[in-house]
Amino acid sequence: MQQKNMFAALAALAVLSAAPARAQSIDETVNQIFANSTGWFVNLIFSNFPGTTFPWIVAWLVIGATVFTLYFGFIQFRAVGHSISLVKGDYSDPNDAGEVSHFQALATALSGTVGLGNIAGVAVAVSIGGPGATFWMILAGLMGMASKFTECTLGVKYRNEYPDGRVSGGPMYYLSKGFTERGLPGGKILAVLFSIFCILGALGGGNMFQANQAHQQISGILGAYPGWITGVIFAAVVFAVIVGGIKSIARVTEKVVPFMGILYVGTALIIIVMNADQIGWAFGQIFAGAFTGLGVAGGMVGALIQGFKRAAFSNEAGVGSAAIAHAAVRTKEPVTEGLVSLLEPFIDTVVICTMTALVIIITGQLVAGPDGNYLLNEAGTAIQTVGGTSGVGLTSAAFGSAISWFPYVLAVAVILFAFSTMISWSYYGLKAWTYLFGEGQTTELVFKVIFCIFVVIGAAANLGPVIDFSDAAIFAMAVVNIIGLYFLMPIVKRELNSYLARLKSGEIKKYN
Amino acid sequence: MSDKFVVGYDGSVSARRALEFAVERARAQGGTIVLAHVLEWSPYSFLSASELEERHKRRREEMARAEEMLNKTVVAELKDAGMPVEVVIRYGSTAELLGKIASEMGAVQIVVGREGQSALEARIFGSVAGALVQTSPVPCTIVP
Repeated sequence: MQQKNMFAALAALAVLSAAPARAQSIDETVNQIFANSTGWFVNLIFSNFPGTTFPWIVAWLVIGATVFTLYFGFIQFRAVGHSISLVKGDYSDPNDAGEVSHFQALATALSGTVGLGNIAGVAVAVSIGGPGATFWMILAGLMGMASKFTECTLGVKYRNEYPDGRVSGGPMYYLSKGFTERGLPGGKILAVLFSIFCILGALGGGNMFQANQAHQQISGILGAYPGWITGVIFAAVVFAVIVGGIKSIARVTEKVVPFMGILYVGTALIIIVMNADQIGWAFGQIFAGAFTGLGVAGGMVGALIQGFKRAAFSNEAGVGSAAIAHAAVRTKEPVTEGLVSLLEPFIDTVVICTMTALVIIITGQLVAGPDGNYLLNEAGTAIQTVGGTSGVGLTSAAFGSAISWFPYVLAVAVILFAFSTMISWSYYGLKAWTYLFGEGQTTELVFKVIFCIFVVIGAAANLGPVIDFSDAAIFAMAVVNIIGLYFLMPIVKRELNSYLARLKSGEIKKYN
Repeated sequence: MSDKFVVGYDGSVSARRALEFAVERARAQGGTIVLAHVLEWSPYSFLSASELEERHKRRREEMARAEEMLNKTVVAELKDAGMPVEVVIRYGSTAELLGKIASEMGAVQIVVGREGQSALEARIFGSVAGALVQTSPVPCTIVP
């Protein structure tokens, strides 16, 4: 095992010293092949409604979140107090100590979603959609809480519990089992489709996007060098963890990632407080931009599309991935995990993403013209930024303009976030893979190796094609998952009503 | 009803001394022994997704292993010596659970060994004995 890693590292070092010109062309080739082979899929997912510039997939997500919000009577606002006491363990049976707690399921699911979407994704949203995108992002986060509630309740209800004590769940299980229970056809087909898209999502947003942005961050500090080198090093570490089962690496990141998250939010808060006089103006920009676009390409619709897209990409509500992580919790009531999971989009999007957006806006990274409207870059695709930065580079520049050394901390955070997201998604992808091809060491190894190869491709390709493919794959999951949720939501409602009634009658009691 | 002595037992040398001490007292008073084995666990620790999947399985394995360890060694030994013994295995924080087990079982005393940490170590990492003394619902003996 270790020898293999050593070999990979040595190989990377050996080629590092080879001619950089040739290496650059490897990146270009990878990029070309990648863009050509995924273009049709991206176009399909992001095609507009006929005669408009509004992608149908964004409408799909908005409508889904709205339907769940209304159907469950604004559950995300009614039940927050109870959600928090569930996470604290007030309702957990002490005899179940040693089993997976609500807190642990939530923390693990969060570590899969809090990551580059919150740092780089938000920067993309704000630079393309303007400050107004933030408004739509927050709204999407709040409504997404209802989607998350629905999918995670189902994830627990229809999970598989194996005789040896392992527990595994997720959309592929609730789609097939739930549809059968309701006597509906097609559950199995949806489950298979979901699994295929989940594998693509794991390779895209859960892998290539992460590798790509990690490389951008590292090369921003060390100077430009070919992306595939970062890719090979990352792939070697990921390989060591998911194939070699080297838990120590995973453990270190697990300990450091929550700390990084707190540090990130804390620093953002400090920067915002440092510019306290600008807060009113920033929110003014956010509200004005939300409805006018402030000169952004696409105007209000452009801001809305970016806000909803990046929110969905960041908190994954409606995508179905979190249902896989949440399914392992120890509880007799599936609804409890649904209630816990709705905190996830709140923490991820309403708190962390908003912090990033505020820092970018407040530190004046976006260049505005004399009329107050934002100036577009030469290509006309995004707002001009002070240093011509985009993605994670923009966030880094924003933090760096207030605290000069913070980009270094951010670089470490980005690498760790990227890594922990990759590990989480390698698991989600693996679950989908084994659903399709069955469990077994060889089949699992095949997926894990493919996963590592895509780390290299992701780091080597350009941001554009990678982000397009990542979005497309993740949203394709949402297409299948939300269809399923519509058909299965009456089951969730029944569970919810029964649970709330028993909670009210005192049948369900606090343990302490 | 005979007097119950709860002994915090983890298989260490100091726990062994605590057990011997408790057995002596129990014998003198016609009491019985409750062997309490606590597997340290926090519901707020962090697990990866694959660890979540396997948690229930692992817990079963850990419980079985602990039970086997206790049964094979001390329980058999105590039974041979004619000392009635009950075994309790729980997950959580040791000091908190020993107190809880004692009140649940109506025990008269808790007996634990001590690790012999330096004062500084105990101050930084906390010590089971120290925490127990502060919170125990019944008299508590710490065997050096």
